[in-house]
Amino acid sequence: MSILVYTENWDGKFKKLSFELVSYASEIAKKMNTSAIALSIGKVEESELQKLGNYGAEKIISVSDEKNKVLDNQAFSKIIAEVANKENSEIIVFAHNNSGKALAPRVSVKLHAGLVSGVIALPSDFDTFTVSKKAFTGKAIANVVIKSPKKVLTLSQNSFGLIETENNSIIENFEPELSDTDFTTELKEVNKITGKVILTDAEIVISGGRGMKSSENWAPIEELAELLGAATACSRPVSDENWRPHSEHVGQTGKIIAPNLYFALGISGAIQHLGGVSSSKYIVAINTDHEAPIFESADYGIVGDVHKLIPELISEIKELKETEN
Amino acid sequence: MKILICISNVPDTTTKIKFTGDSTEFDVAGVQWIINPWDELALTRALELKEKTNGKIEKISVVSVGLKTAEPTLRKALAIGADEAFRIDCEAKDSNSVAAQIAEVAKDYDIIMCGIEASDYNGSAVGGMLSEFLNIPSVSSVSNLDIENNDILISREIDGGAEILTTKIPFVAIVQKGIAIEPRIPSMRGIMMARKKPLNVVSPIEVENLTEFVSFELPPSKAACKMIDAENVKELVDLLHNEAKVI
Repeated sequence: MSILVYTENWDGKFKKLSFELVSYASEIAKKMNTSAIALSIGKVEESELQKLGNYGAEKIISVSDEKNKVLDNQAFSKIIAEVANKENSEIIVFAHNNSGKALAPRVSVKLHAGLVSGVIALPSDFDTFTVSKKAFTGKAIANVVIKSPKKVLTLSQNSFGLIETENNSIIENFEPELSDTDFTTELKEVNKITGKVILTDAEIVISGGRGMKSSENWAPIEELAELLGAATACSRPVSDENWRPHSEHVGQTGKIIAPNLYFALGISGAIQHLGGVSSSKYIVAINTDHEAPIFESADYGIVGDVHKLIPELISEIKELKETEN
Repeated sequence: MKILICISNVPDTTTKIKFTGDSTEFDVAGVQWIINPWDELALTRALELKEKTNGKIEKISVVSVGLKTAEPTLRKALAIGADEAFRIDCEAKDSNSVAAQIAEVAKDYDIIMCGIEASDYNGSAVGGMLSEFLNIPSVSSVSNLDIENNDILISREIDGGAEILTTKIPFVAIVQKGIAIEPRIPSMRGIMMARKKPLNVVSPIEVENLTEFVSFELPPSKAACKMIDAENVKELVDLLHNEAKVI
């Protein structure tokens, strides 16, 4: 028996979320008296693979074939299921991100395993196998039982944290049985913005709403984001008006994020918006309307004009950074 | 070419969430039901493609797994412009069994579109499972789908950008925000026509549920917001630095 965790790489590197996933899988493995195995697909250097061992992976399986450079749902899920069978894995863990959502459902069908997506904690009961997850887009927590012998979980980002352990890992290269017909999608083009903090990875997010009044008023938000190493985001009306791209929309129908700090600037805080940001550790709200619902969910609030207050916030933070240096 | 849109019947996004039966069941009393927002965008995009490609798309169907109470939502999809609807007559309890049910209908289609998740149980699962049951390609996080000549062009969101991919029919597209800008609203004519369009009731197949939602909780309530005077932004920065320790 084993717990298998799929660790995606980004241009050959892992992220904090990869280590969080391995920490989570290792804790499950400990409770079930078995071992955690990490699976990496794509080209990753040995020194990078080894990092997974710092969070409790006892074995790291690397499928480093050049063919697996771009995510192909059919080929990747075939590899993961093959490894899960070979390692007799009872539980397979994925991130609840783009690739996890693409692969976990396919793998679950291949293994006839029950899937619970977006879990937020370790199983509360290992006998019945009960796990909790968010439901109704953050408005409730559901406890779900998986009845099948094999189980697939996707873990919500920033819901578990990192647990470092002594590194006793071994690395094993594996060549799956793949033919060209297993690859069913073909990459034509990649459009990537570099140098910007990625919204779903960001520890701090600066988000603007209708109160920003127009797309021309975004410069202070971008300046504040750069100052704090933060990502920029927006509410739904802002992306609907095309002031900002859809990829920046956070909320029930946009992205669900869980940063340490979320700035809601000129955002009234409709229930659909809160669904996307309520997992943030701290929320700061600035709004002219003291009755705006955002203040019910915020930790710190200022009633006032964002256009006047963001520049003040920038200069105060600059001052803080100067005194720190 | 035939397109199938998988539709979830979900509570309106402004619904106040309550539970009954000792917190074991979602309280449906007074709930307004809608087409799951991403499914509605998928349907909108399918209609745009049908208009754009001039006869290449012969039919757009919608399918939902649910009891008779789900029919108004399917009628709305017909009013928006779908040609035909299927209701698989059983309760949607578990993603795996829902996908297995839909696979029976979906096997006759070239492009199958599913929303990235349903706004009630947030499973993000049915589209991927369906593609596996059908053993056909799937692309997830799809923010645009186009048909140019005979090529399928798919834009898939990745961290910090997008990839343009191509694949062969039949395939499943799991779509998110961006696939269409605004969902279409039914016109008066659409509502009249929808009454005459076929809404087929399909008997479910035998399939076991692999998961079960056993209980629900409301998230813990937050402490009161600390209000800071607008003349004292410095205090906010101090609190974030010294109390919350996040900057």
